[in-house]
Amino acid sequence: MPRYYLTIAHHPHNGTLLGFWLYLMSDCLVFACLFAVYAVLGRHYAGGPSGAELFDLPLVAVNTSLLLLSSITYGFAMLAMGGNRLRETMLWLASTGFLGAGFIGLELHEFAHLIADGAGPQRSAFLSSFFTLVGTHGLHVTFGIVWLITLMTQLSRYGLTAANRRRVMCLSMFWHFLDVVWIGVFTVVYLLGVLP
Amino acid sequence: MRELVFGRLGWEAIPWHEPILLGTFIAVALGAIALLALITYFRFWGSLWRDWITSIDHKKIGIMYVILGLVMLLRGFSDAVLMRAQQAMSFGDSTGFLPPHHYDQVFTAHGVIMIFFVAMPLVTGLMNFVVPLQIGARDVAFPFLNNFSFWMTASGAALVMMSLFVGEFARTGWLAYPPLSGIAYSPDVGVDYYIWSLQIAGVGTLLSGINLIVTIVKMRAPGMSLMKMPVFTWTALCTNVLIVAAFPVLTAVLALLSLDRYVGTNFFTSTLGGNAMMYVNLIWIWGHPEVYILILPAFGVFSEIVATFAGKRLFGYASMVYATVVITILSYLVWLHHFFTMGSGASVNSFFGITTMIISIPTGAKIFNWLFTMYHGRIRFELPMMWTVGFICTFTIGGMTGVLLAVPPADFVLHNSLFLVAHFHNVIIGGVVFGMFAGITYWFPKAFGFRLDPFWGKCTFWFWLVGFWFAFTPLYVLGLMGVTRRLSHFDDPGLQIWFEIAAFGAALIFLGIGSFIVQVIVSVRNRARLRDTTGDPWNGRTLEWSTSSPPPAYNFAFTPIVHDNDAWTDMKNNQYDRPVEGFIPIHMPKNTGAGFVIAMLSASCGFALIWHMWLPAAVAFAALLLAIIVHSFNYDRDYHVSAAEVLRVEAARTLSLAGRS
Repeated sequence: MPRYYLTIAHHPHNGTLLGFWLYLMSDCLVFACLFAVYAVLGRHYAGGPSGAELFDLPLVAVNTSLLLLSSITYGFAMLAMGGNRLRETMLWLASTGFLGAGFIGLELHEFAHLIADGAGPQRSAFLSSFFTLVGTHGLHVTFGIVWLITLMTQLSRYGLTAANRRRVMCLSMFWHFLDVVWIGVFTVVYLLGVLP
Repeated sequence: MRELVFGRLGWEAIPWHEPILLGTFIAVALGAIALLALITYFRFWGSLWRDWITSIDHKKIGIMYVILGLVMLLRGFSDAVLMRAQQAMSFGDSTGFLPPHHYDQVFTAHGVIMIFFVAMPLVTGLMNFVVPLQIGARDVAFPFLNNFSFWMTASGAALVMMSLFVGEFARTGWLAYPPLSGIAYSPDVGVDYYIWSLQIAGVGTLLSGINLIVTIVKMRAPGMSLMKMPVFTWTALCTNVLIVAAFPVLTAVLALLSLDRYVGTNFFTSTLGGNAMMYVNLIWIWGHPEVYILILPAFGVFSEIVATFAGKRLFGYASMVYATVVITILSYLVWLHHFFTMGSGASVNSFFGITTMIISIPTGAKIFNWLFTMYHGRIRFELPMMWTVGFICTFTIGGMTGVLLAVPPADFVLHNSLFLVAHFHNVIIGGVVFGMFAGITYWFPKAFGFRLDPFWGKCTFWFWLVGFWFAFTPLYVLGLMGVTRRLSHFDDPGLQIWFEIAAFGAALIFLGIGSFIVQVIVSVRNRARLRDTTGDPWNGRTLEWSTSSPPPAYNFAFTPIVHDNDAWTDMKNNQYDRPVEGFIPIHMPKNTGAGFVIAMLSASCGFALIWHMWLPAAVAFAALLLAIIVHSFNYDRDYHVSAAEVLRVEAARTLSLAGRS
């Protein structure tokens, strides 16, 4: 064995999960900025409606449960993947997608309602920051669903290969990350927003 | 329908009535036609596509980044020459040759281009080329993303260049503060060009940051613990951490500005509850780390060069690493010193003033480390070393004026003045530009297999150094006299002489840039005489010098094992025998055109959004999504270099090494 070089192939650890984690942290900073902006502007109503007047908490509660449930179903998908059960994995992923789509549907309903009432993002700095923070999260979930559909196609075509397992794992981190961000949105925007 | 397709783009967007722009456009167009004709004549298209555009080789991508940076340097410097000439002649009755609306675009474009499309590509290019070689890796962690990142950066640069001939650029200054950059005061396309070129290039920068962090964390050669990494790799690691932790803030704040402009939201407007100072805070939370993103790799370059040309181990390796990490952290705690005059009160200003002054401590420690490395060394004053010494003298003075500006009461007087302009050019030219020239000169033989011509290199160095001081000392003086920045006309004839001296300095820098171009041409011509057959032309100390110049695609036939900080010096001192047989197949990533295609679609989408061409924008965006999805179906991303091929390449190197000794 020579002192200064390896005579066998060197296989560094796969860096995909670390890289994806770093990406998530950078995305987290985008949300941190939006939260900071909301913290500054969240009470600048400019004579327009306030959160207490606008927010429909029961609807948001339903929405929140949909997203939290979708995280649980994704967890079941991961367990099924761990047991090498492709069909079951796909089923759980599909339910995750449906729950996510339900979440987006309710959010769009809420937005449409607000805009129809004259409380659109142009009305005040508060509403600008509200729509941007919540909308950015919704946009992320939408991309997550597009990714989910792509990934399910790939799973059905190529099965649970190492590359596909890595991708399911990355999407899992992405999905749970959005869930955590939503907890923040729910608390800071909706729960604190309805306080006087 | 016409509006849906063409938005606000029309023939009047092309500046026929501006002789300077028209002349530039004709020159650029002729140059481009000549270049395309040459590529066709030499039948270079195939090779260009296969070996460069679709290449995922970190060395080639690094070289392309550096070329992009140097080309954009010519553009950014042209803007500088325009400004220096205008200010030298626009006194009293004379209004100079640039009308204010054009002058404002010139200084905005100068700042944007120099930071985002000169300094960033040069820094990223050097890191891309050097880091995998220094840590004994075969490529970066995500080779495809690396190619994609480059083309995103290039797309951003292309959009800025396009603004010169189609429409106009922002007239807001390089950070586009609202409300001036809002839709009420900048209704035209200038700010939109600014936003989309930075957003597109920003994606590239962020991904390349993630890529290099993972590369450094996961792919170091066996034996290379963190505290055995070369200092350049350490500074690259810290810079990329800063990139990942700072660029998202820029993305977010520019997204908010575009919402204000496109959707009519009220984040930074003066009405309906908006707050413009929030923009200034957010953009400097990105902007201050950004200056350390640029300077840290330059510090790394100087550390490598000083140790190599003093023939000594770097003095205080551990303190150098700690200083770098401390600067990384502190860079997040100083952003408010860019606007002490905001009115945040004495306690807040004191806090940020003190943190700013504290940064000079680790920076000073680095300066002493370099000096002590030279002390008792056998210094060879080759070109990279000259840039280093020029840097130490110049940068230290820039640092001192920076500490001066960190004192809030002094800043109230000097804020927004030419003193500030002189200060940041002093640290960016004296630090980053000198650092990049030092790095390019130092690693050029590694990249191309021959050295740069020393005579023209010395001309480059002296013209830049002397030119810098002629150009910016007068600005310090003018700033102390109270002259504010970004003015296109002056009334007091007593100031004119200082601007004329500054213009003379710019002329010297022009000669410096010219000398550099001549240096490259002369070196290519004399490459046989300047050839480096050893792979180690400077008697280097780190792993990149252990392989051939230029390195083979796989970098190292066998992965090296590291036992010491200066791994290659250790190998040379202990009779390392280069392996000549027993090679095994090497696992390598495959080229792909996906990155180029996706980046071009992004640029098209950006262009369409700038001109409010909603239909093309939607089509481009859909195509972009589709291209990404299609690429994700490509699972066949790697191949093996056969053992026979490795043997052939290594045998050729054995011959070339023997031919010399």
